[in-house]
Amino acid sequence: MSKPFKPSVSLTDNDVTAQSVYLNRRQLLKTMGFLGASTLLAPSASASIWPWSDDKPHAKRTALSYSQPSQYQLADTKTPEQKVVSYNNFYEFGTSKDAPVENASTFKTNPWTLKIDGLVNKPIELDHDALTQRFPLEERIYRLRCVEAWSMVVPWIGFELASLLKLAEPLSSAKYVAFETLYDPEEMPGQKNRFVGGGIAYPYVEGLRLDEAMHPLTLMSVGLYGKTLPPQNGAPIRLVVPWKYGFKSIKSIVRIRLTNKQPPTTWNRLAANEYGFYANVNPKVAHPRWSQASERRITTGGLLAKNRIPTQMFNGYSEVASLYKDMNLTRFY
Amino acid sequence: MTVRRTPPLRFSTFTRRGLKAMIHLLASGYLGLLFYAGIKGQLGPDPVETLLNETGIWAIHILIITLFLSPLAKWLPSPEPIKFRRMLGIYVFVYALAHFSTYILFELQLDMALVVGELTKRPYIMVGMVALLLLLALTLTSIQALRRKMGKNWQRLHNLIYLILPLAVLHFTWSQKTFWQEPVFYWIVTAIILSMRLKEKRIFQRVRVPPRTEGSRTR
Repeated sequence: MSKPFKPSVSLTDNDVTAQSVYLNRRQLLKTMGFLGASTLLAPSASASIWPWSDDKPHAKRTALSYSQPSQYQLADTKTPEQKVVSYNNFYEFGTSKDAPVENASTFKTNPWTLKIDGLVNKPIELDHDALTQRFPLEERIYRLRCVEAWSMVVPWIGFELASLLKLAEPLSSAKYVAFETLYDPEEMPGQKNRFVGGGIAYPYVEGLRLDEAMHPLTLMSVGLYGKTLPPQNGAPIRLVVPWKYGFKSIKSIVRIRLTNKQPPTTWNRLAANEYGFYANVNPKVAHPRWSQASERRITTGGLLAKNRIPTQMFNGYSEVASLYKDMNLTRFY
Repeated sequence: MTVRRTPPLRFSTFTRRGLKAMIHLLASGYLGLLFYAGIKGQLGPDPVETLLNETGIWAIHILIITLFLSPLAKWLPSPEPIKFRRMLGIYVFVYALAHFSTYILFELQLDMALVVGELTKRPYIMVGMVALLLLLALTLTSIQALRRKMGKNWQRLHNLIYLILPLAVLHFTWSQKTFWQEPVFYWIVTAIILSMRLKEKRIFQRVRVPPRTEGSRTR
């Protein structure tokens, strides 16, 4: 083993933002009855502003036990839990930010099977309970940078993908790791109806190079804010790669396959000129439709909160730079 | 000669004024409420996104309503809907301006290098800007005195409203990450409005092949 991994960011955990600040947009908009006058709104996209759309109860979440390694705590103001669980991109449950929390509340995550196979010596299957019990869990506060130029700070709970992959013993021929989200149109309305799911090809697939997958920062997350993940955040298990744009961090994973070829990835397949395989956070490479030089950090406060901050290379996780030493990151965006 | 069974629908001055007051209250009230709630941090997880979406989408809604007024007047028949067209048209501009201001003030937060970059490099932003500038031109020339002065040109200029709608919907579609989303419904409505307009203008009739030629064809 090489020397223990030391992240570039080591800060403290005493800067938690009160969650009480959050007030529900739905409630406010509901009070404005005349909004119902329009028959033009797509039912899938703006469900929340319909006065008669009742809020569904949130999915039940279980408390987890975990350690809090000091090197993964962060001084940045955390995004309030209420915002983390109600502002989501998860097209399987609808394309607007508030659709997943509405549509995923009854999503069944137990029973669940996560398979690890492909170019490995020992294929593994993890059932629902094994996801939270097989590996010691850690809390890691990571910055999350969305390709849409907003960002959050989220206390994830999980284990390193490396521990899982080592257990499966990758063959020397394995060069890439392919991930796949559940495909179940009955449970995921976006897979059933293209107007709900944005018309992308399902199941959602993602991929990493093996060395990226083995990096200590790469996390398999099973929880956030001390409890199991809510469905809209990718329950029961998701990937978190903090130095890449959020869409790389695939949700509700059922299969991890080691391959010798670069696997296809959903957004790259849909618009290769906009979303690359690597998708490393890079302020110098603009998305064709917007700049990536800065981002709006979602925490608390209203319109007047000056929340636009410069975007950092690799989202500030400079320790991953060595993975891309001789690569042209403008070409391999 | 067609004989109308019912006379054209007319409002009393009182009713008309009442309706107009209500529209003012709703349109400016909703806008005011959005900004107030936004400043107080009560517009959901990301107030900027909510405000951008609501102002943009309601600019398009009001524009669609405005464009349905003239077919409605013919269908009723009544001269009344036309009397609301100018007012609603101005609200389209007001909402579009609020949308643009939100983008500059709260999304880009007056980072001037970023503002210049985004306004000049991003086609979907430019499409939105063209629509906004056209709306500005229509709003400025909506003053009655100017209308009289401009004569025929006024109508020519104001027919651009039929260009503004597809531009606005294009801007909406282009801002999304995939095509199959909400804007698809607006494309359908846009297609309906534009086809009604084309029929009204008898463009189809004008280009139709004369019957003689039609008869000579085998099918």
